[in-house]
Amino acid sequence: MKTLVLLKMVPDVVEELEVAGDGASLSRDFLRLIINERDENALEQALILKERHQGTVTVVAPDAPEVDDVLYTALARGADRVVKVTGLEEGVGSAEATVTVAAALSSVAGLLPVDLILTGCQAIDDLDGLVGPLVAHQLGLPYVGIVTGLDVHPGGMGRCLREYPGGVRGSFELDLPAVVGIQGAEKPPRYVPIAKVRAAMTSGTIETVAGSPPGALPLRVVEMKKPEVAERAEMIAGGLDDIASRVCEILAGRGLL
Amino acid sequence: MAQASVLEIPDLTLDGLLATPAGRELLSCIQCGTCAGTCPYGDFMRYTPRRLIGMLREGFIEEVLSTDDLLTCVTCYDCWAKCPRGLRLTDVLLPAVKEQVLLRLPEVPAELQSALANTMRYGNPMGESPRKRAAWVESAGVPVPILRDLGRPVDVLWIVECYTAYYPRGQDNARATARILHALGVDFAILGNEEKCVGECARLVGEKGLFDTLREQNAATYAKYEFGSLLTCDPHAFDALAYVYPALGLSRPVDHTTPFVAARLDALRPLLTKDLGYKITYHDSCVLGRHNHMHDEPRRILDALPGVSLVEMTHNRDNTICCGGGGGGMWLDTFYKAKGYPRLSDRRVEEALATGADVLAVSCPYEVPRFEDSLKVLGGDDRMVVRDVMELVAEALAD
Amino acid sequence: MPGAVWVIAEQWRGGLSEVTYELLALGRQIADDRGAALEAVLLGSGVVGLAESLGLADRVLYADSPAFAEPVGEVGSRALAALATERKPTVVLVPITNVSWDLVGLLPARLGVPLVNFCMDVAAVGDGLEARCLVFGGKMEVRAVPESEPVVIGVLPGARRADAGRSTKRPEVEPVAAPAPETCGVRLLGYEEPEAGDIDITQQEVLVSVGRGLQGQANLDLAEELAELLGGAVSASRPAVDMGWLPMTRQVGKSGMLVKPKLYIALGISGAPEHVEGMKDAALIVAVNTDPGAPIFNVAHYGVAEDLLEFVPVLIDKVKEHKS
Repeated sequence: MKTLVLLKMVPDVVEELEVAGDGASLSRDFLRLIINERDENALEQALILKERHQGTVTVVAPDAPEVDDVLYTALARGADRVVKVTGLEEGVGSAEATVTVAAALSSVAGLLPVDLILTGCQAIDDLDGLVGPLVAHQLGLPYVGIVTGLDVHPGGMGRCLREYPGGVRGSFELDLPAVVGIQGAEKPPRYVPIAKVRAAMTSGTIETVAGSPPGALPLRVVEMKKPEVAERAEMIAGGLDDIASRVCEILAGRGLL
Repeated sequence: MAQASVLEIPDLTLDGLLATPAGRELLSCIQCGTCAGTCPYGDFMRYTPRRLIGMLREGFIEEVLSTDDLLTCVTCYDCWAKCPRGLRLTDVLLPAVKEQVLLRLPEVPAELQSALANTMRYGNPMGESPRKRAAWVESAGVPVPILRDLGRPVDVLWIVECYTAYYPRGQDNARATARILHALGVDFAILGNEEKCVGECARLVGEKGLFDTLREQNAATYAKYEFGSLLTCDPHAFDALAYVYPALGLSRPVDHTTPFVAARLDALRPLLTKDLGYKITYHDSCVLGRHNHMHDEPRRILDALPGVSLVEMTHNRDNTICCGGGGGGMWLDTFYKAKGYPRLSDRRVEEALATGADVLAVSCPYEVPRFEDSLKVLGGDDRMVVRDVMELVAEALAD
Repeated sequence: MPGAVWVIAEQWRGGLSEVTYELLALGRQIADDRGAALEAVLLGSGVVGLAESLGLADRVLYADSPAFAEPVGEVGSRALAALATERKPTVVLVPITNVSWDLVGLLPARLGVPLVNFCMDVAAVGDGLEARCLVFGGKMEVRAVPESEPVVIGVLPGARRADAGRSTKRPEVEPVAAPAPETCGVRLLGYEEPEAGDIDITQQEVLVSVGRGLQGQANLDLAEELAELLGGAVSASRPAVDMGWLPMTRQVGKSGMLVKPKLYIALGISGAPEHVEGMKDAALIVAVNTDPGAPIFNVAHYGVAEDLLEFVPVLIDKVKEHKS
């Protein structure tokens, strides 16, 4: 079985994000990028399936700062090939990078066709497009997202569980090849000791393919700012009745009642 | 009595260990079983240190490496301290075995995994921003110079370490230490946001690659500056800096805040004017106490505080009871609990409460959250508080 | 007159989601501002009754077919894309929920039009639109302008009050034929209900979390009742779990789960860093603690310095009042 995993780097929100001088993008001064958490789960699920059914796992990611570390870590975890697509400028949003990566897949020697494409079902910078659906559409494959369990059965059939509200999960059958948007792998992404990552850095190879970005973005960000947040809780005082009413108002205002 | 000493073999692997005469000597065990009996989690281990050595000697290496048994080793140094042959189990043999265990472990417990991954990425196990490492300095009340900004050599480079730099109760210790250093007129500085975890717990839990990475980064950072000696609040960091880093070229004297202050008590005494009125019991940390035998230093300090009386717990000094936080235990509470193991800090706090003291004094930043948690669980938090020795000294300082 | 504003009505398990009305309220405003019609589009099986409850729309287009009985993104996106190609709406609002999430991605991909995602608000500006969106996990807010229309907009819950989207008016209801693909590669076989006693607190949108201030397991009923009223579950801080009041699966914090619910009510939790680590990213945090200096108030958005045992019963009554 051949599995393709699409990863991407997103801003690490552990570091305080700052707005750049243009007022409409992130400052690069202290920005660090980190693998999209759900993509990491997609990789884990791909590795679980590889262990279960043999086959190969290829990881493809758009080039970005720190992506090499992530790709070497993917090799250390058990991926067979790692590829980065170059030629992209960083920016908010997923559409341009995804379209570029999808178009570049055919340039990766011996990659297509694959049986499964796994990627995170969402990322914190998905302002203008979602990776899974965009890739599925471009390759003409079916898509299902928010998946927390996935297995492959003989005869090229996939089975997966998709999350619905309230802890309900929908059980789906998939014709393969298909694109699956992973919410969580069957188990948390595995830890790989740093010694293994260091070994992968010495012995592993990151393949590179050149991408051709499509050009003009369909969405223009005109302003970026930090949402206003209170430093400390706004204390609600008064009689118990008044406080309870105020709490209800707040909840109702957020659509929580 | 076994003494802590510099690790002669810095790049230690299990294979390497079993291939060298020095390593094989570690297996020269007489199978007396004292280690198993003294181990706080020995009752729960299939392969206690004694059995583990027996199996390694007979070549059952894969069996030993394929269990998660050794995750229950909280590196309390009790097996080492009591071993009649003085074998370096805690800090040499077991970490080398653990490294192999970790490489084979199908699933690293989530909490430990995130602590290790965070340490690699952010330089601290909590996953806090490295840019906020020196944020506590703002609230120190005294100037805390950052070495890079200072632009000159200092006598003492203070390695604050993670729990003291980030954890709110740890920061109390950092602020107290800063005040004391000022009171003593010590020429000191910290690395600020350049500082990273020293990595001792990563080493002792078997994440050698992580430790190696950290020590390379730290050695490079330290090498940028001129300073006379190193000082740290964290006994684990003390051990790494004193006994492991030297083999890699770092050869500066290292001190822990407790012995550092104890050695300067005469200068400090006139400033200790505030009557505390506490009944204090002191917990010997495994590393500072059992491993380094620094039992008198903290007690001398506490004795010098006005209005303080000291009471001892049943298990003290080399016989101290482990808080369970060492060697990765800090991030394995859930793992132990899921297996039904008792929390070692509960045992310790029960004993502390039995003394009738109102302060449980400690010298290790791991112990504050562990004992405060246990006090809450055991319902003793209305009777007893946990304080680092440095916090108590700072409290007794004149304003 | 510009093309219509569409609201994709969310239908699941026989009912319309509240968020549908929120989107209608938002869509109404956009449509009025640009002098366009507001149309609700509903896919389902036997849903004509539901269609009639969408009175804030000028017109409800509904496609009734057994193929649309369940909201499967692969099916719905094909039908909606075909319908949109025929009817040419300029703006399509899709709710960001687990039910509709696949549509948010698939519909713009199929139509080859821009997506504006994570929207909290959209306004008509000149001839175009301007959206306010939350990105980077809520750490930044952006104003974004789609360069072309039609445009698909993923709208976060809470953009408007659902009440503002209801109307007693009966809308014009128009049955439409939308293609229901015989095979699309994705088939829903059925639903798995959550096992009783096995709640995954990381997946809950509302958590009522209890700490030592609860004083005893006997008082757990209070928290459970509040959680049930708010459509959530009960979680706990470490001491509450250590004391055996709740199973470990409910523990939030360093040794437990990392949760990011929309609402986190902390009852009698002091806010030790180990706990805060696990819940600080909740969208809205309301803390109740007798100690006004408790650190939990440093992370909470709203604080109540009262004894939870006295306050929660009053709150439960108010919530009930509010809901009826």
